Amino acid sequence: MSTHQSWAYSEKVKDHFVNPRNVLKDDEYKEDGRGIVGNIQCGDEMLVVIKVDPENGTIADCKWKTYGCASAIASTSAMSELVMGMPIDEAFGIGPKQIASALGQLPDNKIHCSVLGDKALRAAINDYYTRTGQPEKVIKEESRIICKCMNVTDHEIEEAILEGARTFLELQEKTKMSTACGKCKDDAETLLKVYMKKHFS
Amino acid sequence: MEQRQVYLDNNATTPLHPEVVRTLTETMACFGNPSSMHGFGREARGLVEEARSNVASFIGALPEEVIFVGSGSEGNNTVLSILACQSGQCSCDRDHKIHIITTAIEHPCILETSKCLEGHGSRVTYLGVDKHGKIRLDELRASLTPQTGVVSVMMANNEIGTIQDIREIAQIVHAGGALFHTDAVQAFGKIPINVVDLGIDFLTVSAHKIYGPKGVGALYVRRGVRFCPLIHGGHQERGRRAGTENTLGIVGLGKAVELRSREMAEEAIRIAALKKALKEGIVERIPDVWFNGHPTDCLAGTLNVSFEGAEGESMLLYLDLEGIAVSTGSACASGSLDPSHVLMATGVPVERAHGSIRMSLGRENTMEDVDYVLDKLPGIINRIREMSTAYTRR
Repeated sequence: MSTHQSWAYSEKVKDHFVNPRNVLKDDEYKEDGRGIVGNIQCGDEMLVVIKVDPENGTIADCKWKTYGCASAIASTSAMSELVMGMPIDEAFGIGPKQIASALGQLPDNKIHCSVLGDKALRAAINDYYTRTGQPEKVIKEESRIICKCMNVTDHEIEEAILEGARTFLELQEKTKMSTACGKCKDDAETLLKVYMKKHFS
Repeated sequence: MEQRQVYLDNNATTPLHPEVVRTLTETMACFGNPSSMHGFGREARGLVEEARSNVASFIGALPEEVIFVGSGSEGNNTVLSILACQSGQCSCDRDHKIHIITTAIEHPCILETSKCLEGHGSRVTYLGVDKHGKIRLDELRASLTPQTGVVSVMMANNEIGTIQDIREIAQIVHAGGALFHTDAVQAFGKIPINVVDLGIDFLTVSAHKIYGPKGVGALYVRRGVRFCPLIHGGHQERGRRAGTENTLGIVGLGKAVELRSREMAEEAIRIAALKKALKEGIVERIPDVWFNGHPTDCLAGTLNVSFEGAEGESMLLYLDLEGIAVSTGSACASGSLDPSHVLMATGVPVERAHGSIRMSLGRENTMEDVDYVLDKLPGIINRIREMSTAYTRR
């Protein structure tokens, strides 16, 4: 009797988890851009390094390392294959949805683990632009404060939704937003719809 | 070739003891309602009462002090809910003692119930623990007030296995005028328990942690202490827990307890030897590891270990691919990134809490199992560390 007939994730996730592609193993790797996001105190951390083909403006190589769960490992492995040879600006636009579909979907509660890879990739691309004297191309992910009392940004709200918040009450519990004056409730409800559509529709 | 299967998650649940399976199979056809006066009912009643005697004598209690419940969680909820009872209909002696003391490392069924009661007007004190997971007796003493109704401290912790000093705790609680409850779901059937000797007022146990069936547990309620049921509406269990008795489950629990009384002592020695070999083998083969919990006052089969730079869920799943079942209290498995509340309470650094797994041994494990784990584990940890941003080989 095998207990592994049903793996908790899809077979593609399992394949990337068991044989992760493009793991950075070379300590002397000469990257053109480097991005690191998350931190181990929060439970996951991701490093992505890229080499760029300056002739074509494409990603010539993408390697990564992570302190993360199976979803983080598999999604970054899949992403590293996806962006190989891709024009930089296109790679910049890769999001969790494309990665998840390349993996044949992830459980909803694991989507948040898969966003680290593309976040780190964007950081690496920005780093490449900075190193090569093209700071005008750096695209900052601006965050906006939604709850002024508790100082909670739209990014934090998006993170909370990725981590499982589905209602205004759950957003309050996770972020402490709208627990003082309550004026941002309508904005929170709107953002909840926007981010649910972005990540889970 | 069949892959070897090594089950090291006995604190989560256990396989049925073969003799429990036999007893259950033999009893399966007994369908009478234990409350019925006719022969069918009397047969079922006889089985239920035999099981009750087994449980009672195993913990040094009287049969009438044992109530069968649907789970450990139900038993724990029942005890805490007594405090919240505000009903004029209820016979429980309401004395407005609305303060509960419990610990930061309890099972969620205590912590969540406590939180819920806070919303209903109770006041709850959560005692911290030292680095080995023991509560501080001085802190307990200082927390007791005349309003303290019940103190609930788990006998042994599910994640790290730390065993509390129950006798001393019960003495302090009683000196402070409160009742003492202990969640003994993990300790029951692993270490000897005598409720009179230890001074326990309420004690919760569960069948499926001791090679019995799921969906049945027992609650010890010392004779004469204040009680009010969680589930109303029937005379079953002397009016203390309504609902037709789960005869088959209760029989399974009774049998499992009988087997524990015969096998527990010897098995604890054997399992302790397996854990020692596992622990020493890990230390020999894998650098940068930490063991969590108490060095001596710990359940024989529980081993909680942190591997620097390796995340819990990925360890669990790579081990699963080799047929080895462990658990992680941490993070991502549950979809939340929160590290184990137990490890955090012991002051383990958060990155070490994220990188921990729990291996819990049981009666079916052998030295071959330990050898197999020691063969597979170093390679897995090495692989994870090779792709980890959080590990630098020293």
